[in-house]
Amino acid sequence: MRWWLALRCFFRVLRGRALPADPRLLLPAAGAAPPAAPADRQAEAPATGRAAGAVELLRLLQREGRLVDFLWEDIDAYTDEQVGAAVRGVHRGCRRVLERYLALQPVIDGEEGAMVTIEQGFDPRAIELTGEVRGVPPFRGTLRHPGWRASRIELPELPGGACGIVAPAEVEIG
Amino acid sequence: MKRYVVGIDLGTTNTVLAAAEAEAGHEPAVPEVMAVPQLVGPGEVEARPVLPSAVYLPAPGEFGEQGLVLPWGAPASVVGCFAREHGAKVAGRLVTSAKSWLCHRRADPRAPLLPLGAPPELERISPVEAQRRVLEHLVHAWDRAHPEAPLAAQEVLLAVPASFDAVARSLTLEAARAAGIAELTLLEEPQAAFYAWLAALGEGWRQHVRPGDTILVCDIGGGTTDFSLIACGEREGNLVLERVAVGEHLLLGGDNMDLALAHRVAARLGAELDPWQSRALWLECARAKEELLSRPELERAPVTIPGRGRRLVGGQVRGEVLRRDIDEVVIEGFFPVCGAEDRPRAGRRAALREIGLPYAADPAITRHLAAFLGRHVQSGERALAHPRLVLCNGGVMQAEALRRRLLEVLASWSGAPVLELPGASYDVAVARGAAYYGLVRRGRGIRIRGGSPRSYYVGFEAAVPAVPGLQPPMQAVCVVPFGLEEGTETEAPGVELGLVTGETVEFRLFASTARKDDRAGTLLQQLPAELEPLATLQAALEPVRGEAAQQGEVVPVGLRARLTEIGTLELFCVARQQPERCWRLEVNLRKPAD
Repeated sequence: MRWWLALRCFFRVLRGRALPADPRLLLPAAGAAPPAAPADRQAEAPATGRAAGAVELLRLLQREGRLVDFLWEDIDAYTDEQVGAAVRGVHRGCRRVLERYLALQPVIDGEEGAMVTIEQGFDPRAIELTGEVRGVPPFRGTLRHPGWRASRIELPELPGGACGIVAPAEVEIG
Repeated sequence: MKRYVVGIDLGTTNTVLAAAEAEAGHEPAVPEVMAVPQLVGPGEVEARPVLPSAVYLPAPGEFGEQGLVLPWGAPASVVGCFAREHGAKVAGRLVTSAKSWLCHRRADPRAPLLPLGAPPELERISPVEAQRRVLEHLVHAWDRAHPEAPLAAQEVLLAVPASFDAVARSLTLEAARAAGIAELTLLEEPQAAFYAWLAALGEGWRQHVRPGDTILVCDIGGGTTDFSLIACGEREGNLVLERVAVGEHLLLGGDNMDLALAHRVAARLGAELDPWQSRALWLECARAKEELLSRPELERAPVTIPGRGRRLVGGQVRGEVLRRDIDEVVIEGFFPVCGAEDRPRAGRRAALREIGLPYAADPAITRHLAAFLGRHVQSGERALAHPRLVLCNGGVMQAEALRRRLLEVLASWSGAPVLELPGASYDVAVARGAAYYGLVRRGRGIRIRGGSPRSYYVGFEAAVPAVPGLQPPMQAVCVVPFGLEEGTETEAPGVELGLVTGETVEFRLFASTARKDDRAGTLLQQLPAELEPLATLQAALEPVRGEAAQQGEVVPVGLRARLTEIGTLELFCVARQQPERCWRLEVNLRKPAD
């Protein structure tokens, strides 16, 4: 598995892409999935603040759409048809999460391909300029992607705070 | 001063609450559905417009200390979304369809019966108690949202199936009172659906209905089907509405359709499914059914049961629901074209029927409808047998294909076109309509006149010389005639029974939705087949008011019945000579009705 990891890192660097902090994340799920059983409660990273929100969103995407299961699965082993069938369920469930807990709106309200004007003082975090960027605003350009803005995020609150659990282990008794 | 009118649809599968300000404006408002906080996961509370009528009885410590806490505390059991979801994965801890047990006449709805198949250490609850817990959840949710106007102090209208008899109604009332709603009014679900339609259309409803019309309300929910007929007449130039007939209790609905589809798809899969997968397939089939019914151009809809472990793709089982399945299973299976003279087919009465619910033996809703309408051909009310208008209600009826089939079948019976009333809202109509009825009772909007949808009878053994080995024949006297207005009393004339004080007397209570011509006091020498046994009635004839205990005194009594304003039935034995001496007859459910 180590040569495989080395290979992935090598090609990633070659293509000019960044490496994740933990390169093991590049491995397929079947090879190096997260540890099977946490040894003790100490091992659980207590998530707080922003991290808690991230875990919470992941938990919802996993519960409703099994997103984490899907992303960790080695889908190269299956045909497009098999993956496609599974994706429908993932799509439905994850979308339900977006609809229920977030309000997502386009940053620029317009059809893709339409001409738009970017005024002076625009928020560079909200608008990315590409193509032949020269001179000073106002700019005229083609709207390639209207963007997304989360205007509302209402994640359910768990009593006792989050505990880093994205999905509980299920044990069937009997 | 009651600030709100609150309508509750305590459904077999889902519960919805809607409310409106009692005094706002001149025009009655369309009541709004309240989002009910409920557990959707351990420790996770969310407000959703629908509260599934599911009660989960957790094992000690199953969810830790915090897992089941609601904004108003931690109840002993879980009600709602999480109850339904989690209960499907655990054996014998989930109570569903408790409502249907209230009109089960072979089991005592006050006895701890549920869940069926509970583990031995689990303390079971009664169907009435399960209903109470769902209602109590609503009370807490409402009181938290309206601390200044608690639910018990509002005008509460609770919808019950039109097919609920007097016993099922009083059990519902009992559950509501135990949940803290001391005062409430019952109304019939199909009527509530009709009120919701009136509320949605405002004055515009008059353009769709004309005098002489009969309107069929066809309410097909997840677990039950309920029919009612509403006649439109004219009085002094004004349209008047009257509910003229209600159907029998039918345990048949959308869940049956999804289950039938799932069986068919499962047979094609060629894979053994465990209970978890079967349930996933059931839900997928429900979704595929809705997709195929709403998009006629589709030939098939895929169904995918994801792998249960981490292998979502690798562990999946795939199948599909075909257009043919919808046609054959849902449309032809549940809504077959049939003649007006066709009748539901009697099924085998398996031994299972004794413990489970008495599900309808014939899934064909159209044949049940033929039987319901056919009653009016026999009684000579031909106009009622051929409604010109139909109001559809219930989630199943969202499918246009099913509504179209229903209308086609009805038109083929009457030989004239049958129209659907436009503007129905299929899902939340009953709760909204119930609240709207509260406004109507305050004099705003048109009221549907009703009266008792059944006639009621008290049965007793005829006084004949005893013959060993031969049961004395049973006679029955009508105590409540069909159509008796709520809030009135009747005394059966000419009926005199001799009762012995100090003893407990027993009668049997019967009802009929078909016998419309009997009057109070009509004596039936032999029990006709239309009389449905409901329950045993008991009265302990204590000598009243501390009179010198005249045990063994024979008192001639008559029978008095009161149909209450809130929609329940009360029965009394009244001493002939001293009308102030009366004994209330209580329903005894521990004895099976037949």
